Amino acid sequence: MGLSKLDNLYRQVILEHATHPHHHGSLDDSEKTIELRNPTCGDVLKVELIMANDKVQKVAFSGTGCTISQASASMMTDEIIGKSKEEIEEMVTIFSEMVMGQEIDDDLLGEAAILEGVAQFPARIKCATLAWKAAYQAVNLEN
Amino acid sequence: MAKNLKKYRADFPILKQLVNDEPLIYFDNAATVQKPQVVIDTISHYYEHDNANVHRGVHTLAERATEQFEATRQLVADFIHSKSADEILFTKGTTESLNLVAQGFAQNRLKPGDEILISIMEHHSNLVPWQQVAQKTGAKLVYVGLTDDGRLDINDARQKMTGKTKIVSLTQISNVLGSITPIKELTRMAHHIGAIVICDGAQSVPNMPIDVRDLDVDFFAFSGHKMGAATGIGVLYGKNTYLNDMQPLEFGGEMIDFVEEQRSTFKEVPWKFEAGTPNIEGVISLGATINYLKEVGMVNIHAHEQVLVADLIPMLKAIPGVVVYGPTDIEQRSGVISFNLVNLHPHDVATALDMQGIAVRAGHHCAQPLMKRMGVSSTVRISLYLYNTLEENQKFIEALIATKEFFKNGTI
Repeated sequence: MGLSKLDNLYRQVILEHATHPHHHGSLDDSEKTIELRNPTCGDVLKVELIMANDKVQKVAFSGTGCTISQASASMMTDEIIGKSKEEIEEMVTIFSEMVMGQEIDDDLLGEAAILEGVAQFPARIKCATLAWKAAYQAVNLEN
Repeated sequence: MAKNLKKYRADFPILKQLVNDEPLIYFDNAATVQKPQVVIDTISHYYEHDNANVHRGVHTLAERATEQFEATRQLVADFIHSKSADEILFTKGTTESLNLVAQGFAQNRLKPGDEILISIMEHHSNLVPWQQVAQKTGAKLVYVGLTDDGRLDINDARQKMTGKTKIVSLTQISNVLGSITPIKELTRMAHHIGAIVICDGAQSVPNMPIDVRDLDVDFFAFSGHKMGAATGIGVLYGKNTYLNDMQPLEFGGEMIDFVEEQRSTFKEVPWKFEAGTPNIEGVISLGATINYLKEVGMVNIHAHEQVLVADLIPMLKAIPGVVVYGPTDIEQRSGVISFNLVNLHPHDVATALDMQGIAVRAGHHCAQPLMKRMGVSSTVRISLYLYNTLEENQKFIEALIATKEFFKNGTI
């Protein structure tokens, strides 16, 4: 089998997101900040949000991590902009179900649906879900 | 010339399989090692013929089980050269052994202002128990640093051993860097200032001959599963005088002498530390493991691992972008090598290697303070054992180069 199966996990678009992540950095005026740790590797991921009219107006993430966690974080930031707290909660739930291998309606996830290949690599599920969990907790923070 | 260990590989049935369509290369031996057939058979035989509870009942099976259980205590004592079997306590593993010393022994002796000395490369199991004891007693936890090439800094240790130092607890082999610590020399230094010495032998007992009397450590902890035995069985060695001073942390069956309504008396050492029905199959598997390792020869295992490491490190370093951590002098290392590929996260490396049938560990290896000191969040770790081969080294290097090619533009 060698590395051919790896293509299912590391699709080109995932590698591109990891190499050039979107919304990487921090917000000077962040209203909601969550820092989560991946206990298996010790990586730290920070997500910062600003809401306006009950929707995400600005988002940024920072920290280091593996290809999967960085690409997933980058895609997450693309997808949650303009979404409400309830919409984001639903997206995070669907994303988690997807990487656990469940059948889902992936329309809501946009480009992040490409991470479904993670389901074949159970050891990497936590890497993929970390940023989404952070987003879920961030939108639920009281200002 | 060390004995060629090639014939022993066939003793490990799990290695004869394909993983992701490739022959399994098991390079995660510092986490746990595979079990020889004789150990697996011993466990089956015990359940098929001799299963009974130990230390009670007068029937034949109970006697057989008890005899094998206690015979293993003597085997362990001989294996690490302790004076007698009553210095050997069975525990769940290194973690329980170290917690027992920390809470059952050190906690009762330490006072505010006293110091506990450990090194920055300790596994969390020889670090967090001391943090807890420090918090409870007001003692201070002090860290010995490392040399630039990842060995314990003896000069720093010498400076930090003062009249305040009451406990010195050090790993004999780093589970991250593979560096071998000169425990005998450090023990002499620590005893000179009147400190008690505890040694974490989790990574050393499986890989080299151990003589606790020669080292002169006061306590010595290790795990069975890293040697070839079942999981959930470990050992704490302690000098008699100190074991008699130690308090049990668990109370109940097996460990009592007489029980009255309001008070009880306990058994002698070591049994007073073994409350409840013990891990009998684990103990018996440990006995079979020790007999097996004696046949292979601990000197041979250590020599074999050094041959593998001497072969592997130059090949690793020859790959552009690979950073190898730990001592450059092979004599000062065991079969553990941590490395990173520049611009590639250890988890990505480990997944790619797994797709090529190679099991390695990626992460912080339960040594987060060390990772911080090294300036990394995690590493890839390969760890070798008696059944690994030079051919596997070669395949591993090829797989690592293929991995690097796959991610050739880097991903961070």
